[in-house]
Amino acid sequence: MIPRNFIYFSPSSEKEALELLNEYKSDARILAGGMSLIPLMKMRLVSPSYLIDINKVESLSYIKEEKNRLRIGALTRYYEIEKSSTLKKLLPIMNEAATWVGDPQVRNMGTIGGSLSHADPSGDFGSVILALNGQIITSSLNGQRTIKADDFFVDSFTTALNANEMLKEIVIDLPEGMNGGAYVKLERKAGDFAIVAVAAQLSIDSKGNCNYAGIGLTSVGPTNLKAKKAESFLLGKQLNERTIDETAEIAASEARPIDDPLRGSAEYKRAMVKVLTKRALNLALKRARGV
Amino acid sequence: MSKKQIKLIVNGKEEIIEVNPYESLLKVLREYLGLTGAKRGCDYGGCGVCTVVVNGKAVYSCMYPAIKAEGKEITTVEGLYKNGKLHPVQKAFIDANTVQCGYSIPGAIMSAYALLLNNPNPSDEDIKEAFSGNLCRCSAGYYWPEAIKLAIKYMKQRES
Ligand SMILES: Cc1cc2nc3c(=O)[nH]c(=O)nc-3n(C[C@H](O)[C@H](O)[C@H](O)COP(=O)(O)OP(=O)(O)OC[C@H]3O[C@@H](n4cnc5c(N)ncnc54)[C@H](O)[C@@H]3O)c2cc1C
Ligand code: FES
Repeated sequence: MIPRNFIYFSPSSEKEALELLNEYKSDARILAGGMSLIPLMKMRLVSPSYLIDINKVESLSYIKEEKNRLRIGALTRYYEIEKSSTLKKLLPIMNEAATWVGDPQVRNMGTIGGSLSHADPSGDFGSVILALNGQIITSSLNGQRTIKADDFFVDSFTTALNANEMLKEIVIDLPEGMNGGAYVKLERKAGDFAIVAVAAQLSIDSKGNCNYAGIGLTSVGPTNLKAKKAESFLLGKQLNERTIDETAEIAASEARPIDDPLRGSAEYKRAMVKVLTKRALNLALKRARGV
Repeated sequence: MSKKQIKLIVNGKEEIIEVNPYESLLKVLREYLGLTGAKRGCDYGGCGVCTVVVNGKAVYSCMYPAIKAEGKEITTVEGLYKNGKLHPVQKAFIDANTVQCGYSIPGAIMSAYALLLNNPNPSDEDIKEAFSGNLCRCSAGYYWPEAIKLAIKYMKQRES
């Protein structure tokens, strides 16, 4: 399997990369970890005339803690997320999700920016960023845009990015008070894409009421889905077996799975959304309570 | 065609070669440099037989454009054998009976080598995870975790 030939650029600054992108627009593709783009090029499903390799743009790789928020550069790799002590302290759901992506070879190369830009509905990080109400910062020669994660995923493999724009960073408001998160994934074998996976992030107040609920669903729709009805149902309620059960039921009704010969029927996947949402919420709650 | 000259450091040795942008590191290693340890299996990241170590990390060389490896340090299974001596990981793979057909072994050895490079005292879970990208169809892969434990022992013996 050999990709069609292309012209290769490896800019060393963001500005240079954006200039190239602005010049060649949809004839060009950005190369990050290559874990999705290279196979697509080999299968000739995508054949860009120009490849803009951003791996030398070191300024795009960081995990920065700021007052009340966290910024993650597009080129940050899965293994860096997996190992990050900043994330372990502030948003451990990110470390946990990273351990679920592919295998070491994939995590050593794949980037969070590539994962979100690729917008595979079976991608793990889309759901996590949806559950965290993250924001995507894009950049182009015209300046930056801030896009809510929920508006970023337009359709399968389709995002709100314009042809001259790249994903620059992800910004997440840090949870306050007692909080916890969990990423729970059902897979056929180690390193595979999810049959179904669920990201859940919770905060609870001193009375035990839920004051933040984020739920993201993987592999059960045309994009990663934000289970908005389930989230708003839980908000303000006590977290107990009954409310968690009902939330999971609502999340399952929001899923839009399809039958697929590899990973199961739509009916099975919907049932698994309920099971995994319950598991993720229970784990998140346990972690929020620190038990 | 748009061939470009690049410099790679392969198993400690500088190599200057001309590559097309679409050529993978795997192809360059096997066909230009004659290093046939890394194998071609699926060619898209699904089997791990092409695993090599680039700047200390295990990667799929089939998914790595050679042109992107410019200036990088690449270690293949051939680079582990030094001064007429097998690397402890290689010796451990032999002693733990991990080899039947042998096709997946160079990749598995490089995953094992990368694991111990980054994490000298791995847990059982870490060991299993380290091989999650390496398939074995002849069943000898069952003994890979044992080989890692043996390799750790050999490395400690070597140090003392
Ligand atoms: C064997 C294997 C198993 C996998 N398993 C999983 C899994 O379990 N879970 C999972 O979530 N994923 C999995 N993946 C996919 C993996 O997560 C990819 O790394 C990820 O989808 C793409 O990230 P990348 O950095 O490799 O991007 P690339 O492949 O380089 O790029 C992907 C797309 O995004 C674009 N792009 C990249 N960066 C930017 C940017 N900054 N701005 C704009 N566009 C950009 C590219 O042009 C391309 O269209 C697996 C992949 C493989 C090969
Ligand atoms: S040949 Fe590279 S992973 Fe299969």
